[in-house]
Order: sequence, then C-alpha cells, then structure tokens
Amino acid sequence: MAENKALLIKGGRVIDPASERESLADVLIDDGKIIAVDDPGKIPESRAARVIDAAGCWVVPGLIDAHVHLREPGFEYKETIESGTAAAVAGGFTSVACMANTSPVNDSPYVTAFIMEKARSTAKCRVFPVGALSKGMRGEELAEIGGMISEGARAISDDGGKPVMNSYLMRKAMDYVRAFDVPVISHAEDAHLVGQGAMNESALSSELGLRGNPDAAEEIMVAREVALCRLTKAKVHIAHITTAVALEHLRRAKDAGLPITAEATPHHLTLNEESIRAYNSNFKMSPPLRSRHDVEALRRAVADGVVDMIATDHAPHGIIDKALEFDLAASGIIGLQTAVALALKLVHDGLMKPMRFVEAFTSKPAKLLGIPYGTLRPGSAADIAVIDPDAGWVFRDDVILSKSGNSPFIGWEFKGRARYTLIDGRVVFGSEG
Amino acid sequence: MKKTASRKKTASRKKTRPAAAAVTGLRKLHLLGAAELSEGEIRFLLSTAKAFAPYVVRGETIPLLQGKTVVNLFFENSTRTRMSFELATRKLAGGTLNFAASTSSVAKGETLIDTAKNIEAMRPHCLVVRHSSAGSPWFLASSVGVPVVNGGDGFHEHPTQALLDVFTMEEKLGTVKGKRVVIIGDIAHSRVARSNIHVLRKLGASVAVCSPPTLMPPLPETLGVDYAERPEGLLRDADVVMALRIQLERQNKMQIPSVAEYSQFWGLSRDRAKLLKPSAIIMHPGPVNRGVELDPEVADGANSVILDQVFNGILVRMAVLAAVCNPDGLRGWLSKGGRRG
Repeated sequence: MAENKALLIKGGRVIDPASERESLADVLIDDGKIIAVDDPGKIPESRAARVIDAAGCWVVPGLIDAHVHLREPGFEYKETIESGTAAAVAGGFTSVACMANTSPVNDSPYVTAFIMEKARSTAKCRVFPVGALSKGMRGEELAEIGGMISEGARAISDDGGKPVMNSYLMRKAMDYVRAFDVPVISHAEDAHLVGQGAMNESALSSELGLRGNPDAAEEIMVAREVALCRLTKAKVHIAHITTAVALEHLRRAKDAGLPITAEATPHHLTLNEESIRAYNSNFKMSPPLRSRHDVEALRRAVADGVVDMIATDHAPHGIIDKALEFDLAASGIIGLQTAVALALKLVHDGLMKPMRFVEAFTSKPAKLLGIPYGTLRPGSAADIAVIDPDAGWVFRDDVILSKSGNSPFIGWEFKGRARYTLIDGRVVFGSEG
Repeated sequence: MKKTASRKKTASRKKTRPAAAAVTGLRKLHLLGAAELSEGEIRFLLSTAKAFAPYVVRGETIPLLQGKTVVNLFFENSTRTRMSFELATRKLAGGTLNFAASTSSVAKGETLIDTAKNIEAMRPHCLVVRHSSAGSPWFLASSVGVPVVNGGDGFHEHPTQALLDVFTMEEKLGTVKGKRVVIIGDIAHSRVARSNIHVLRKLGASVAVCSPPTLMPPLPETLGVDYAERPEGLLRDADVVMALRIQLERQNKMQIPSVAEYSQFWGLSRDRAKLLKPSAIIMHPGPVNRGVELDPEVADGANSVILDQVFNGILVRMAVLAAVCNPDGLRGWLSKGGRRG
C-alpha cells in the first residue's frame, strides 16, 4: 500500500457555488484531487496524513482571476510570470488569465506557446493566456485566433492595447470566435472620447485642471458590445465596468438573455475619484476612478450578480512608469494580493452574501474561461483557497511579491485574507501547522 | 440672498477686528495654488505687494533675498512670466537661475523628479515651476525640501497671475468685493481662469465665465461661477472684463471652426465694448492676439489696464518670493514701517 499523503482541511465553512454547498464541512484531498466533502467529523482524521485546521475560515475553490497583466515577455522589469503568479497564490488565486499586451504582443501561436512554456517552468499557479484580438493590437486585422487557442489561449482581447474602435472588426471577431467557443473580452472605452483624459470627467477634473475621460466613453462601447452580442450571439465579456449607465445597458442585455458577462475590479469597488486630489499616480487607472454614485451602483451590481465576477486588472508598473507627472504616468495598479480584502468589504458591509462573493471569484470566471476549475466537487482538481474573512492585517510594501509596488493601498488596514492556497492538492501558499 | 447675508456678517465682524493685522505670513512652505490660500493670506500678499510699489517705482532695491537664489524651472515656453519672476528676484537683491526645458536634460529623457533633485542639490532657496502637467508643482513639493512656487501648471492653476490680476483690479476699482468680473475665452484650458475664480470668490467678487461651449470645462456651475455661452448678456453689468488668450497652437478644428469665427462671436470688438459701463476695465493676461480676443482699439483704449497688469506682476511676485524665501525678514521689514513706503 502506498504511503498515505492525503490531506484533510478541517473545521472550516465550505462555500462552493458550483455544488451549491455552504456549510461547515471537512474536505479530504488525495492525489491532487478532492476526494470527499462531508459534514464536520464525518471524515475520520485517520484517513489523512496531514490536517489543516480551518476553524473560523472559509474553504472555497481556488480563486480565478480573469484579468491580469503578467508583462512577460517584454516587460520583465515590471513583472514576470513567476513573480506575478507568486503574488496570485499569496492572494488566494490558483488560476489567472493574462492579457496579451506583452512585447511582442501575444497575437500568434508562437507567443502563446512561449507563455505556456514559461508558465509550465516558472509559474506558481495555472496561467491561461488571453490572445490578442487583432494583429499587434492595432485594431486593423484579426490575429491568428484559432492558432492561439490551439496553444492554450482561453479568450481574446485587445485589452491593454487600444480599444477596438472599428465596429466591423469587433463584429467579425465575435463571429469568428463562435467556431472556438471562447469569449471576446472588451476594454470598453471609446478611444476618441477618452482622448488624453487622465481621470474621470467631472467637477473634480474641472477643478484639478486634468483632462477628463467622460462616462459616455464607456457607455457607448458597452452599448455597442451589447448590440454586437445580440447580432453575433458570441460570448462577450466586458472588462472592468465602472459607470452606472453602462451597468444599466448590461442589466438590460442580460434580461434579454444575451450571452454577455462583466467584471468589476476591487479598486473600482473601493475608491472614487476624490482620491486623485494629491496627484498621486497610484490612483491613475484605466478606466479611471469614477464618482461616488458610480461606485455605489457598481457595488450593488456586483452584489446582485449583474456584474458576474471580480477581476483584479493586476497591472504592474515600475517606478520609471509611475513616478511622473500625473498625466504622463502609466495607468493601472497591482491587485492580486489585495483583491480578497477589498472585495470582502462588500460582505462585511452586509451588501453581499459569502456565497455570491465566492461565485464572483470562482465559478463565474471558470465558466467564462471554460476551464474545469472553480469547484470543490469530488473528483475535481484540489485547487483550494482557505480564507480567513476576519483576519486583520496591514498591507505593507514588504509583503508585495509582485516586482512592482504600484498600489494605492499600501499602509491600509484590512480585514480578511487568504491563509492557504492549494493547487492540485499542494500547499503553494501558507504554512501548515 | 443667503450668500449676501453671510457676506455682510463677515464684513461686520471684520470692522470690529482689523483683519490685515492677523496674517503676517503664509501657512505653507510653498505657494502652490490659489485654492489653498486663505482670504487673509491673499490680503497679506496684496498688501505686501502694495508696500513694495513705491520702492520699485523709485528704482530702489529691497534686500530681502540678498544671498539667495531663485531657480526658474520652466518646462513650458514663457517669456513674460519668467522675466517677471526674474525681475522680482533682482529687485529683492536675489540671484536667479533659469532652466528652460528646451535646453535642458529633459530632452535627454531625465525625469522631472531627477531634474528637480539635481537642481536642489545646488542649494537654491526656491524653485519657481512652470509645467504643462497639472499638479506637477504639488508632485515636486512632495519630493524636494525647498519652497516651490507654482508658475503655472497645465490647465490647473497660475496663482501669481490671479494675484496680480486682483491687485490691478483693486488698484483701479478699490475693493473687488461686490464687483462683477467677466472672464471670456478658452476657460477649459485656462489656469488663469481657475486661479482667478478662486481668488476673486474668496475676496467676495462675483464671477461669470463665457466661452464657446466646446471650450467650457465640464460642469462649470461647480466652479462657483455664473456662465454663459455668449458674452452679450454678461457685459452690461461687468466691472471687469478679462479676455483670455485663444491658444492658436492648441486649437483644432473640432473645438472651434476658425479663429475668425471665434472673434466674430466671442471677441471683445468695438461694438461689444460699447455695451460696457464707462468705468469697466479691460484685462488680458497676454500675449494678446489682436483682432481675436480684443480689437486693437479696445486693447489700447483708455479702459485697458493690460500694461498695468504686467508691472503689477513684478510687485506681486516680489511679495510671494519674499514670503516663501524669507518670511521672518519680510515680517521684520513690514513691521519697521516698510508699509509706509
């Protein structure tokens, strides 16, 4: 008989939207798989070689982030697949989908294959590349979508490049992906309306003398993607939605039964444009931080499921990209290690149920990417996050595992964090005992 | 109604307590934005400028910046503002160094912070910064240890321009309190308008702005001013009309169809100037596009105070530089009767 390597996660609250379970339960893992999930004490400890005490914690499927930038190849000074995925597992994530705005752009099977190979040899978690929608992300002609999907891409998007302004090209991309059953992810902003906008267009942009990026830039593109989704019936996913009116477009499209989904970022759920007053470029992102009213609408939409999932848009930038004049600084912030704590605020505020929180981080993004993870069903891969929803901690820059430190949340006191992260039953973050 | 009532209340309280005596310096190390200045600080700077005036008219130097160096860090083209700061420094017996972006290491790719830190290492006493990015003086002030004076940042603020404008208005009209100031031009891209609005509102003036709707900032009502798309309705009640430069280099045809059309509908032409009260004054921060913002007859007319603005700029910048570089010396000078001139 082989050596017993089984692991028992004991005493936690198991929350698994995919199997509709939310109860105190123990989870038995062996050979990289989930063997059993059962009521407390039902699984004898003798069946396991090791036990993780999860008392007071949530035991949930490993989190899945449908939107990160890992910067490799080409921008290794900002992040590598290795460093970005180290940050991911420390944040409770077991799978990430990385955008194509690398150098070279991931617009061909060869680049996708490089990323997959690099991930196999260096990544701390599962990596699912997102292929570019257009060659070079130039918005002119379709990239080799089929070839990239054959190499492992799970979605296509020009996010991080330019928004796809040519509606014909976007329509054709949506038509084309139906042959491969992957979603088109849209960075939904009208590039002409955004112009050189460095923040939300508002009374505050007026006061601060910064060029504004109006709500209309997002509303128009979300409305367009809804129209094209209706036309093509493709799987369409709206990245980092932010405005109250765009949320209404989304809500109506879903009511009409269109196959459209959307994500919100933890920072857009937390911060509003007022943070920009000090011209600190760690508050500069794309789309920009919006008004208080938009943040409230977004929080409600995430809580009630109109916005399907939470994704970080983890966007590492070096000091040379960020320590600049506000309008010249790069957009985006890192987010993998703060996502759980920021999103838990919705739960602590009584706005969102724990089950919905877990769904937004697991089963919803798994479905979007068409990957067999994000569940604790017996027989599935043992990708698990043990989250202590009440643990108090401070996000100091010395805990940052990303190569970049561009976070507006440094020094923030948080409630809730990942304690353990397991992939294929291996503890990749957290220490046992 | 409410506003008038509260203003009266403030005014009556002021009568019982001499207001000017309370403020004898700036609270901050820097002079970054007009929005951050209190009414008392503005009054202090204006009265200091006034105290300097007779000396400057006589060509005398006031040695409050003796042995000190003011660096003009100009990342954007400017002639008059830089010259004005330079003259102000010299009239206080200080030394100046000029840094212009076109001849600097910025062209070699040095960052703003590195440039500023290198200059700081040469131990100047003050940095006057002009930059096309809004907020850059704040960004610099947070990373260097010497006083920073904002010489204009993007579309955001130009506090010394606003101070010299208000100084000129009060020189001609007495107090600006209760006066109507109408600003016409490219409001969206104007730091002059924003800083003037802050200073004028703090001093109790009422402000209206007017521009083609394409050159109006978003939600102008939130700036605390009246606004109109066409100027005619605002001119009759104006005590001051300030025309702003239409930045020909910045415009494109998606904002205004042509300079000629701007002039036709928003320019202060001879005919439009006839709508003004005889006592109304005409201002412009310069340089004037003759025949665009102002007809030449209006720019050179008896009511134009454009050249007074230029002279007063020196006085106001002297006040600002003395207040940030040598606050104790300035306090001493003022208390020893500098004010009497």
